[in-house]
Amino acid sequence: MLSKKQARAFFLGGTVVTFLVFIGLTVYSLSEAQDQTNYENLTEQVVRGKNLWDKNNCMGCHTLLGEGGYYAPELTKVIDRRGKGYIKAVLMSPVPWAPNGRKMVAYGFTPEEAEDLISFFDWIDDIDLNGFETVISPLAKDKN
Amino acid sequence: MKYKSQKVAYWFFALSMLLFVLQLVYGFIMGFAHAGFDGLHEIIPFHTAKAVHLNLLVVWLLSGFMGAAYYIIPEEAQHELVSVKLAYVQLISLALVGVAAIIGFHFNIWEGRKFLEIPRGLDYLVVVNVLLFLGIILGTLYKGKRRTTTALVLTMGLFFAALLYLPGMLPFDSQVMDSFFRWWVVHLWVEGVWELIMGGILSFLLIKLTGVDREVIEKWLYVIVGLTFLSGILGTGHHYYYIGVNKIWLIVGGIFSALEPLAFLAMALFAVNMYRKGEKKHPNKIALFWTLGSAIVAFVGAGLLGFAHTLPQTNLYTHGTLVTAMHGHLAFWGAYAMIVLAIISYALPNLTGRKLYDGARGRAAFWMSNIGMVGMTVAFGVAGVAQVYLERIMKMEFMEVQKMIEIHFMVLIICAILFTTGIILYIIDFVKYGQPTDEALEINNQ
Repeated sequence: MLSKKQARAFFLGGTVVTFLVFIGLTVYSLSEAQDQTNYENLTEQVVRGKNLWDKNNCMGCHTLLGEGGYYAPELTKVIDRRGKGYIKAVLMSPVPWAPNGRKMVAYGFTPEEAEDLISFFDWIDDIDLNGFETVISPLAKDKN
Repeated sequence: MKYKSQKVAYWFFALSMLLFVLQLVYGFIMGFAHAGFDGLHEIIPFHTAKAVHLNLLVVWLLSGFMGAAYYIIPEEAQHELVSVKLAYVQLISLALVGVAAIIGFHFNIWEGRKFLEIPRGLDYLVVVNVLLFLGIILGTLYKGKRRTTTALVLTMGLFFAALLYLPGMLPFDSQVMDSFFRWWVVHLWVEGVWELIMGGILSFLLIKLTGVDREVIEKWLYVIVGLTFLSGILGTGHHYYYIGVNKIWLIVGGIFSALEPLAFLAMALFAVNMYRKGEKKHPNKIALFWTLGSAIVAFVGAGLLGFAHTLPQTNLYTHGTLVTAMHGHLAFWGAYAMIVLAIISYALPNLTGRKLYDGARGRAAFWMSNIGMVGMTVAFGVAGVAQVYLERIMKMEFMEVQKMIEIHFMVLIICAILFTTGIILYIIDFVKYGQPTDEALEINNQ
């Protein structure tokens, strides 16, 4: 029968080994050669867009890369779906945008801010998402 | 054994209950908004309610864990807390930071990162607060007469939870990197080190309530936390499938997160077996209800429902849908909320000297909250699965689908009312216990 000492060895050994493997895989998958994000295209404008995304907690309602609030649409590939003009209008709207009655906060972004956010979405759209991009509705409707 | 410093735990539990009630209020705001009634949009828009709901959950659970530690560590170490005054300072600062963050969320002061919305300035105060807490706990253990495995596992959990808060404070320009390291905090907390905290509290409660030999219980505790880390650390990979990192995580995350239910199964079997083995019939049956309930519901909510959408083939369709909310609610409830309610149920009679554990209200609280939460989980599940089919398979537009599934949120609200009634009954008992006294601690601690 298992002794307490053996149980402790199982705990410590298992933890150390899996932790080291985890660190190794992290280093490997974040290395430059494995980049799937077009990191070289991450311009200052994209970063400004990301900062706006964070500062206004857009993730609190929307999802991006499948992560967020499940209350408003997924915004990965949103440019393919709606076009830049539509997105800009939503971002700059002085009254709450309310498709099907569900309201979005009226941010009233400036044209520059709206462009920053659009360039952020543009950058997101080019990330290789291991196939997820093909199932996000309804952007893949015409593509598969 | 009597340790007057244990009284400080009561106030952490009280803060915990207060924030819990507030969390439910914001939950209702979100539920109604999903059902099409967003009358509060101008004052509390959905993303504010969401940030408050999530962060109140984290803060009330942490406050509960800290209260648990302040109650358990003196008994385990057989030594009073090294400083009760500092523990009260820590309590007040925790409450202030929590309240400041919650108020800030209403004024667009936050970081838009799910679960980690607390703005950077307050993050530093959180770090100071947690360091103070750890200082008191570690100081007590250091000076204590004995160092038990239960205390060690609980303290390790709390220590690593503090350490893992740091990767969430790293600034990144890339959304992918941001997301990658956000999971180091969120996943490694809830599917890693928090399970150590849960295991530590569970082990303490089982020792007290069943009378089974400490050596037996603590041996299995090592096995359980061993299984947790063995599966949970590499299981982080299930968050990396579709966020823009290497495909290797599909294999690693798939295999190891499929093993994650084992730790929860072990926890449930362990709790039930220890209860069966136990010869001691502790009179505090309601604490036993919550203890065994926590282990069993955690297995269903975190283990089984987590497994239901963790394989890459399934997650490809369920990622970013309400299916996640289904799993999230029952998992947090079973694993963490119920274990906090268990330790409170056990500690209150000892702290206050009143034995209210035989009443019908306590049992009604247990059953109503659990049945309500299971109903909410089912409602989220039905809405989530419908969303997956309509949106991801049939390729319908997001808002069209949301309109179609609104009815499930009415069901969710009805179940949430049942759940909340249970919680209110629990809190009525909490209030009726009154405040802790030195005399009670002297008489009641066996």
